[in-house]
Amino acid sequence: MKITEDMVDYISQLSRLQLPAEEKTAMTAELERIVAYMDVLNTLDTTDVEPLSHIFPLKNVLRADEVVPSYDRETLLAGSPAGDGETFLVPKAVE
Amino acid sequence: MELYELTALELAQKLRTGEVTQQEAVEAALSRIHATQPGNNAFVTVDGPVFSAADLYASPLAGVPMAYKDNICTKGVPTTCASKILEGFVPCYDATVVERLSAAGAVSMGKLNMDEFAMGSTSETSHCGPVKNPWDLTRAAGGSSGGAAAAVAAGEVWYAIGSDTGGSIRQPAAYCGVTGMKPTYGTVSRYGLIAYASSLDQMGPIARSAADCAAVLDLIQGRDPRDGTSLDAPAGGLLASLTGDLKGKKIGLPVDCFGEGLTPEVRTAVLAAAEVLKARGAEVEEFALPVMEYVVPTYYIIAAAEASSNLSRFDGVKYGWRAEGYEDLTSLYCKTRTQGFGSEVKRRILLGTFVLSSGYYDAYYKKALQVKALIKKAFDEAFAKYDLLLTPVAPTTAPKLGESLTDPLKMYLSDIYTVSVNLAGLPALSMPCGFDGKGMPIGAQLIGPALGDGGVLNAAHAFQLDTGWHKKSPKGGDAQ
Repeated sequence: MKITEDMVDYISQLSRLQLPAEEKTAMTAELERIVAYMDVLNTLDTTDVEPLSHIFPLKNVLRADEVVPSYDRETLLAGSPAGDGETFLVPKAVE
Repeated sequence: MELYELTALELAQKLRTGEVTQQEAVEAALSRIHATQPGNNAFVTVDGPVFSAADLYASPLAGVPMAYKDNICTKGVPTTCASKILEGFVPCYDATVVERLSAAGAVSMGKLNMDEFAMGSTSETSHCGPVKNPWDLTRAAGGSSGGAAAAVAAGEVWYAIGSDTGGSIRQPAAYCGVTGMKPTYGTVSRYGLIAYASSLDQMGPIARSAADCAAVLDLIQGRDPRDGTSLDAPAGGLLASLTGDLKGKKIGLPVDCFGEGLTPEVRTAVLAAAEVLKARGAEVEEFALPVMEYVVPTYYIIAAAEASSNLSRFDGVKYGWRAEGYEDLTSLYCKTRTQGFGSEVKRRILLGTFVLSSGYYDAYYKKALQVKALIKKAFDEAFAKYDLLLTPVAPTTAPKLGESLTDPLKMYLSDIYTVSVNLAGLPALSMPCGFDGKGMPIGAQLIGPALGDGGVLNAAHAFQLDTGWHKKSPKGGDAQ
């Protein structure tokens, strides 16, 4: 499978990454080699094989709906690169 | 004998009898850290000296100095995943394993270096510089728990907690000549482990012996309501169950793990380990496991897909580092992520986004989940015949620093013997079984059926009763 720089641009945008031109060229070639290697899976017949997400059959895990203590606002905001003591600060997102 | 040459259980015993005081144990650890850290770079944060005045009867390991890989949340101590994007992040809570070990009297010496976000096989993708192998400082310590393996090998701590998504405990343990165990998926709570690939991630011990690993697992395994994938299975009693008796146990050697690509010296050492197990009563037999050909691509598709989703939370808003010079919200995200992640992490995010993207999902991600079902079936069939499997941990011993970074695909291929265990959720252990001609340690891997952690540990314990590879330590704890 051919990986083009346009495809890398598209998946970069989905991933919120912006690779500088040089890094993008190298990444395109590397991804192409890796994806070509992964194509070996196509030699395996998986007709009628159910995809396996969880290795152990998990049942839905429920707990009682009880209020338990949470961290206070100050503690949680302390890890933020920008906050005003009330909220996380980001640039204006809507006009 | 120096204190740092003891196993964790031996040190704990000396602490209880009063032969060694806790202050002496912590000072011994600190003095080893100061002597070897400039060489091996195993730590990213040294958090000592800490005297917790541990209750020395709280557990069989109470009072023993240890350390955590830097992707495990420690309240009040920086936790960065060796990434620039988490620079300055100080968790406000402890991971469940940290809570449990603290209650058991563990004394943390700090946080250990690793591949950035646990993505890598040599601990060279770290933002904090590469970890160097205590047996030869020009070689890699393995990854991604390279700091954990190097710190134990160099005698800086008596045991460490690492994480294993595709071999990240077992492979560095093999490269550094120590014992490392990835327990059955779901037996150790992942609460507080910064996620790489949630369906594969599992924490476990790196120590000097299988008995030490059993003692650590006794303290950290068990149901935790804060992890939805945590199993409601019996926990504890592993250390007490070690008898070293292998009579009647059937061990399978998958021929597909001893073929092309395996270094002859590694093959010879692992086959010699099989003979030791045979001498202790096990029956050893070769069998075919052809599914091995598909494990690496299946693993990298699933791991990258989950990583691309898990790492979307790092955006410069809620924690860690934020780039400067952004114009709007999207550019804040893009600049922070582009400058904050290293190239291996970006490669896996892009790969994961690709295999999940519309038009490619069925051909790659869904296909990988189907092959995962076939891999699990192949292991189920193997364990219908055998109690344990024995394989190499890695095709070679520790590579020279820099060799693996130039070719990502080659680095991925070196994970061939370890990744299938994560895909199938199985317990597996890496134990030292010899040295190559350059004096670098070789590891053998024992794999058990799901929840067969005790059987894996017992076979490794049996091997270690009859061999001395696990007692070897690098000259002076760190090559000069």
